Amino acid sequence: MSRDPRSGAAPGVATGAGPGSVGIVTPQTMHFDAPLVLASGAQLAQYDLRYETYGTLDAARSNAVLVCHALNASHHVAGTYANQARSTGWWDNMVGPGKPIDTNRFFVIGVNNPGSCFGSTGPMSIDPATGRPYGARFPVVTVEDWVTAQARLADALGIERLAAVVGGSLGGMQALSWAIRYPQRIGHCVAIATTAKLSAQNIAFNDVARSAIQSDPEFHGGDFYAHGAIPRRGLSVARMIGHITYLSGDDMTERFGRSLRTEDYAFGYGAEFEVESYLRYQGSKFSEYFDANTYLLITRALDYFDPARAHGGDLTRALAPATARFLLVSFTTDWRFAPERTREIVAALIANGRDVDYAEIDAPHGHDAFLLDDARYHRLMASYFDGIHARLAGASRAGA
Amino acid sequence: MMLRQDLAQIAAWIEPGSRILDLGCGDGTLLAHLRGSHASAGYGIEIADDSVLECVRKQVNVIQADLESGLRMFADGMFDTVVLSQTLQAMRHVEAVLLEMIRVGRRGIVSFPNFGHWRHALALLGGHMPVTPEIPYQWYDTPNIHLCTPKDFEVLAARLGLRITDRTLLAAGAPVRVLQNLRATVAIYRFEKR
Repeated sequence: MSRDPRSGAAPGVATGAGPGSVGIVTPQTMHFDAPLVLASGAQLAQYDLRYETYGTLDAARSNAVLVCHALNASHHVAGTYANQARSTGWWDNMVGPGKPIDTNRFFVIGVNNPGSCFGSTGPMSIDPATGRPYGARFPVVTVEDWVTAQARLADALGIERLAAVVGGSLGGMQALSWAIRYPQRIGHCVAIATTAKLSAQNIAFNDVARSAIQSDPEFHGGDFYAHGAIPRRGLSVARMIGHITYLSGDDMTERFGRSLRTEDYAFGYGAEFEVESYLRYQGSKFSEYFDANTYLLITRALDYFDPARAHGGDLTRALAPATARFLLVSFTTDWRFAPERTREIVAALIANGRDVDYAEIDAPHGHDAFLLDDARYHRLMASYFDGIHARLAGASRAGA
Repeated sequence: MMLRQDLAQIAAWIEPGSRILDLGCGDGTLLAHLRGSHASAGYGIEIADDSVLECVRKQVNVIQADLESGLRMFADGMFDTVVLSQTLQAMRHVEAVLLEMIRVGRRGIVSFPNFGHWRHALALLGGHMPVTPEIPYQWYDTPNIHLCTPKDFEVLAARLGLRITDRTLLAAGAPVRVLQNLRATVAIYRFEKR
């Protein structure tokens, strides 16, 4: 759950690619012919994954860091696109030369998940079986399905083991899933502002957002492409709901209070309060670039993620196969994915005797804090990745 | 690395290969030492941002949490030894934390400054609250709200059903054997559930 992946235009996020940027980047596409068998039993007969990489893969192919994206972000993690204004990657403040995830040391991979709408195969793509966009026929995918696809990309890049898998929010779920499903392939799991399962309240928010999309007459049951339509209003409302939950109440008060855009009450229903104007703008902007089917699909993947479900709800047993070292981070004002949820993961990891660091950052910005510049958060990440780098160096000396 | 004397004593009481929980672990010095010398799997709990960062730098397992909100996240008997060094006197709920220590661990170790030290008594006789290297705070800004003497601790331990198995009283880093209650600056106890 993050902001516009193409602009990163959140307050507090570096919007320019200044010093420490990976510079101009170019996305690549990998095609896969082997079918991706999904958790639902359905399969994607063939698919593309859009991805970007930054930094250099070392000779031992040991320094790769996979960055998993959240709801509305993409493979474009860092850097900018040539001749494209406001094209800074969504986590450019975290990834780059000299930044916490230092591209002078690590080979960083960003990949767009299947089902998303930024270049990997998704509902907007042409279904080879029909010659028309998948639309509503695109299969429901899960976090586990994404991780399977990411592992295949790692295979294709010749990377057997990732130094770290990193993600915030839904991206953190992917990092956890990696640790459980591919314990031999991941050295460190860095899961930020995340949870091992959504709460009823979270699922409820997602359902309201989906209902907004599905009830837009322009949605056409998901086949709006064929009608030349876009369910902009539904998407916009979905985004407004989501956006409210990513901010803390205090943060909203601080930023907007009850400020009016008009001189006085207009006794109507327009965007009179600043907060209304802001949300409507965010919603409208989002509806211009995001795909409605992708929104349904990704929120469903969030709802379904629950690795403990196969173990009678026992998260300790679910995490038992994991051997990675873990860093978990939560933010005190994040009520969407509250610190309490992360503590459950920490407790389960300790019960399994795993190496784990857990930081609870006292930040005012709610769930969105994981994308923002916060000195304590960034220092912590930098120190943790220093440790990863030191271990890699130690391992290569031992192996030499 | 020279270990603070009370930490050296605590380390000496920890069996190699055991599972440690260090409450208020500070910059992770004890855990880093135990990892090196004892091959022990340890976790620290710490509230302060700077200390948490230092633990991460040392590659020590640290959980950022407030001890006062309890050790709820830990299951019964998860640890072999639970350590609380130089923190007991700053806890609001002393009894609760001691009981929690022997719930989540088989053994507990605490260290605390001896309020009964003669220099403290002298300061009180002179009409002032003591300010010494062990408790270097003025009365109005001290975090130390539950100071006690070794005897006080032993009375509480008995009342809570803790069996004290080991005790060391230190002054200037060395064990004190004569006039312990007056001369010791730091008291260290190891205990288990009776």
